[in-house]
Amino acid sequence: MIELENVAYSYGSDALLTDMSLQLAPGAFHFLTGPSGAGKTTFLKLCYGALRPTEGRIRLFDQDLAQMGRDDVAFARRRIGVVHQDCQFLDHLPLAENIALPLTVSGQASPEQVDNLNELMSWVGLTDKYDALPPELSGGERQRAALARALILSPDVILADEPTGNVDWEMSQRLLRLLVELNKMGKTVMIATHDLMLIRAAKSLVSARNLRIANRTLQAAGVDL
Amino acid sequence: MRALLDKLRGLTSPDSGADRVVPPTGFTARLTVFTSAAMAFLTIFALALSLASGRLATSWGDELARESTIRISAPAGQMAAQTAAALRVLEQTPGVASARALTPEEQQALLEPWFGPDLPVQTLPIPQLISVIESDEGYDSEGLRLRLSAEVPGAVLDEHTRWRRPLMVAAGRLRLLGWVSILLIGAATGAMVTLAANSALAANRQVITVLRLVGATDGYIAGAFVRRFTLRTLLGAGVGTLVGLLAVLLMPGDSGAGGFLTGLRFEGWHWLLPLLVPPLAAVVAYLATQMAARRVLGGLA
Ligand SMILES: Nc1ncnc2c1ncn2[C@@H]1O[C@H](COP(=O)(O)OP(=O)(O)OP(=O)(O)O)[C@@H](O)[C@H]1O
Ligand SMILES: [Mg+2]
Repeated sequence: MIELENVAYSYGSDALLTDMSLQLAPGAFHFLTGPSGAGKTTFLKLCYGALRPTEGRIRLFDQDLAQMGRDDVAFARRRIGVVHQDCQFLDHLPLAENIALPLTVSGQASPEQVDNLNELMSWVGLTDKYDALPPELSGGERQRAALARALILSPDVILADEPTGNVDWEMSQRLLRLLVELNKMGKTVMIATHDLMLIRAAKSLVSARNLRIANRTLQAAGVDL
Repeated sequence: MRALLDKLRGLTSPDSGADRVVPPTGFTARLTVFTSAAMAFLTIFALALSLASGRLATSWGDELARESTIRISAPAGQMAAQTAAALRVLEQTPGVASARALTPEEQQALLEPWFGPDLPVQTLPIPQLISVIESDEGYDSEGLRLRLSAEVPGAVLDEHTRWRRPLMVAAGRLRLLGWVSILLIGAATGAMVTLAANSALAANRQVITVLRLVGATDGYIAGAFVRRFTLRTLLGAGVGTLVGLLAVLLMPGDSGAGGFLTGLRFEGWHWLLPLLVPPLAAVVAYLATQMAARRVLGGLA
């Protein structure tokens, strides 16, 4: 689905990430860990084409990112649901429309999708927030909404950057079960997180791999923490 | 819940969706409408000016017909000889297409309005008239005058229509200036829309980033801005054109005496030309916004 081949990335002159290779296969479940500032968010951005690697090659759905036009990248992003660390909402639109935004921009908004939206909103516990504007929500509510938006197009790959950073333990369990459920349906999932408890909890639900970014490289790490 | 369903149904038409996801830009919007109205108003006047000067130049050009007259006053005995001499000089003058002496009947016809039909032209000492038609390049009037004074003492060259020539040139120039003004107004409209679009794009940078992140194509995002500015310009230009046409309509009509000033209006099918102003302004706005949007979007991931 998503392949990285000897990818390096640097924002300025210093390399942040070097020589990273990864194949995200269909149905895989990965955690992405590492100290703050190690480059987890940067790594995810590379995975959905928001950043172009300074070295190496990235393939999205069997297409070479370097060869992809801007529209190709847009279409690929519709197959990748991303939960951004900073959520990225349109503050002038009510929450329900924000969550439906991927449908709107891909021209798929239809009355049938409303059921989908309702189901997602109740999964993440936001049924009473349809008309709230994003700035009126709590941090945890925003994160749950961001997850709902990432899932609305029923993407093949789900990349979640700290999806449980601001929610209580019970809600984080609930969101994790949602992601595991989706993974069982064949979706590829990658979660960047600091939350070791979450990784431990996942162990009993799914066979997950833990990738760790440290010293600018990607290392396989055990889930037995 | 009902409201939401309706909202989502509204989103099914991609246009309304794209227009909603970009927040309204009230101030820029009003400025765009106002400026395009002003530009259209100016265009109507420049257009009326151009067309009026064009008409003037044409009608003067027709009237001139490049004709002048030589008047020969001489004692009856020398009249025939001097006329022949003048015709000979004219024959040799470069730039003279043709020259001929008017017949007594023609001369009588010219005098008739003043003296009645019974005037005995033959018995009166009236001057002989020679009509001169110049060729396209025209003759050198100073040279001709000198030769005539030397060889035909009784001849006077009367270039009764020549004085209009500089006016005709001026009218032609005025027409050109009118068209140049229209082009400049068009370019200024493009520049104004570009500035407005750039400011709207800059103000909505975060919105554009989010739209890209959730999989919107450049065409979709650009479309939201392009539609907006094109419609506003169309609206503004429509109003400006209407007001401009009204102002031209209210100009005092052509009484014959006012000449150019009262001729500042549209005639016949020329009334249709102003109708092209709003669509053309919209095309300019479309292209300007499209280019501005593509430039901004090209810089984003
Ligand atoms: N746009 C940018 N320009 C320059 N430097 C950046 C940019 N974005 C991130 N960085 C730097 O790159 C490094 C990695 O950032 P990144 O956000 O990928 O870390 P992270 O692992 O996600 O951290 P956290 O766990 O705190 O979210 C940081 O040192 C950050 O300062
Ligand atoms: Mg991060």
